[in-house]
Amino acid sequence: MNPEKDLAGQTATDIAIAVADRMVSASKVVEASLDRIEHLNSKLNAFTEVTAARALQRATEVDASIAKGERLPLAGVPFAVKNLFDIKGLVTRAGSKINLENAPACKDAALIRKLENAGAILVGGLHMGEYAYDFTGENAHDGNCVNPHDITRMSGGSSSGSGAAVASGMVPVTLGSDTNGSIRVPSSFCGLFGLKPTYGRLSRHGTYPFVGSLDHLGPMARSAKDLALVFDVLQGHDGSDPAQSDKPYLPTQNFLDQGVGDLRIAVADGYFRQKAEPKALMAVDQVAEALSASSMIEIPEAAEARAAAFVITASEGANLHFNRIRARAQDYDPDTRDRFIAGAMVPAGWVLQAQRFRSRFRAKMREIFETVDVLLAPATPFDALPSGTRTITLDGETMPARPNIGLFTQPISFVGLPVVAVPVWLAGADLPIGVQVIAPAWREDIALRVANQLEIAGICSSKVSKF
Amino acid sequence: MSDDFDAAGHVAHMEKALGLKVEDDWRPVVEAHVSAIQKAAELVLETPMDDDVEAAPVFVP
Repeated sequence: MNPEKDLAGQTATDIAIAVADRMVSASKVVEASLDRIEHLNSKLNAFTEVTAARALQRATEVDASIAKGERLPLAGVPFAVKNLFDIKGLVTRAGSKINLENAPACKDAALIRKLENAGAILVGGLHMGEYAYDFTGENAHDGNCVNPHDITRMSGGSSSGSGAAVASGMVPVTLGSDTNGSIRVPSSFCGLFGLKPTYGRLSRHGTYPFVGSLDHLGPMARSAKDLALVFDVLQGHDGSDPAQSDKPYLPTQNFLDQGVGDLRIAVADGYFRQKAEPKALMAVDQVAEALSASSMIEIPEAAEARAAAFVITASEGANLHFNRIRARAQDYDPDTRDRFIAGAMVPAGWVLQAQRFRSRFRAKMREIFETVDVLLAPATPFDALPSGTRTITLDGETMPARPNIGLFTQPISFVGLPVVAVPVWLAGADLPIGVQVIAPAWREDIALRVANQLEIAGICSSKVSKF
Repeated sequence: MSDDFDAAGHVAHMEKALGLKVEDDWRPVVEAHVSAIQKAAELVLETPMDDDVEAAPVFVP
């Protein structure tokens, strides 16, 4: 890394090496990040809080550790988190007005602690759709977080700030959450590499929930290598998240360069080839061709899987908010409020059947992964929509935009499979679009290897926006 | 079930049963969401399921 070069375009990997080798100080890196946030945030609305004093103090500490010879895998890497993560001393907003009345968090979320223990430096909290019930990046309380590649368009949500902050070069890495697609959608719209790990892989302790049955956390970055670097640091059982599995540590960073020659890769057919604009399918086909993946596999009952996730989300999300939605519904974002009210009215039998169907679909996906190692599918049916879009038309059918942006992400997170969303810039395109690289449960290493190979081959790339 | 499902009637009944307040200008949107959830649920309910398929969440004592 050239320390004189604009730090905005640097990856976490490059920064960590440069800081560890004392080519640049953590303090200088953090100052550059804070400058860029100050310069761009009024245009993008990616950050809701900037923790400048804390970040500069932490950078001084990291520089002191490096001077003493300590090795830190994320030395001096600035990062930020979706504002549903607890940040010590700040109220955990979760994109809402109501949570602003809560007491400030008394300690950082588990994943923030892991990153900072590895030398990374938190610079702030990020915009999100209210209570994570969103795919757009629009928020009635905080305003819209817009797409850095075209500010008339959506960033995608609900990890909207997590997408915009990385795509604009404010920070190289962010953390987001993904219940039905909220890491993969903004990764697609903003042109990022985004990892939704296996359900239960990473601790969610110290984050505000949406749908406990489906909530995941994960990183977003501008390279597959950065995802692996961060994922390896984020792992580890802490016993505080009831859904976290006590799985063995899965090293990924050192195995990225193994190539993909040993992997059986197929394109998801049927449901995943319908209700998509041509560019979404072209991106999948371009990735498939680069990987010599010529086979197509029908994913049976994917529509039912998506429907079941929809029902569980509506009901479980509404249950969490029931007393508040009954007492003070007017304080919610209208787009969230009306869905929580509807979700509160869901009969129990619908939800229980959806949870039983989850077991059935998991069994079917396990069968499929006996014959392949990777499935490829669109991340979104289209690239970033213009802000304010209320309806979309796919295959001649007009439908509400907001819930259907996640058509292709929702069936996959429903059964907790690990996915890396990879960014494709089609020839002549002004906007990126994402492809899901889907691996068997607990095999994030496979999805990351494929993403890395696509990046090396130049098929997938992430650009810092032209601000 | 789908053709007979009365979203407006369901919302009117459930708001009383649950003590929810649905303002008049929210009602059409809430009813539309309830209809969408019902359609999704119907798709799942129509799927034949063996009796030994248990719900996914498992309580670990």
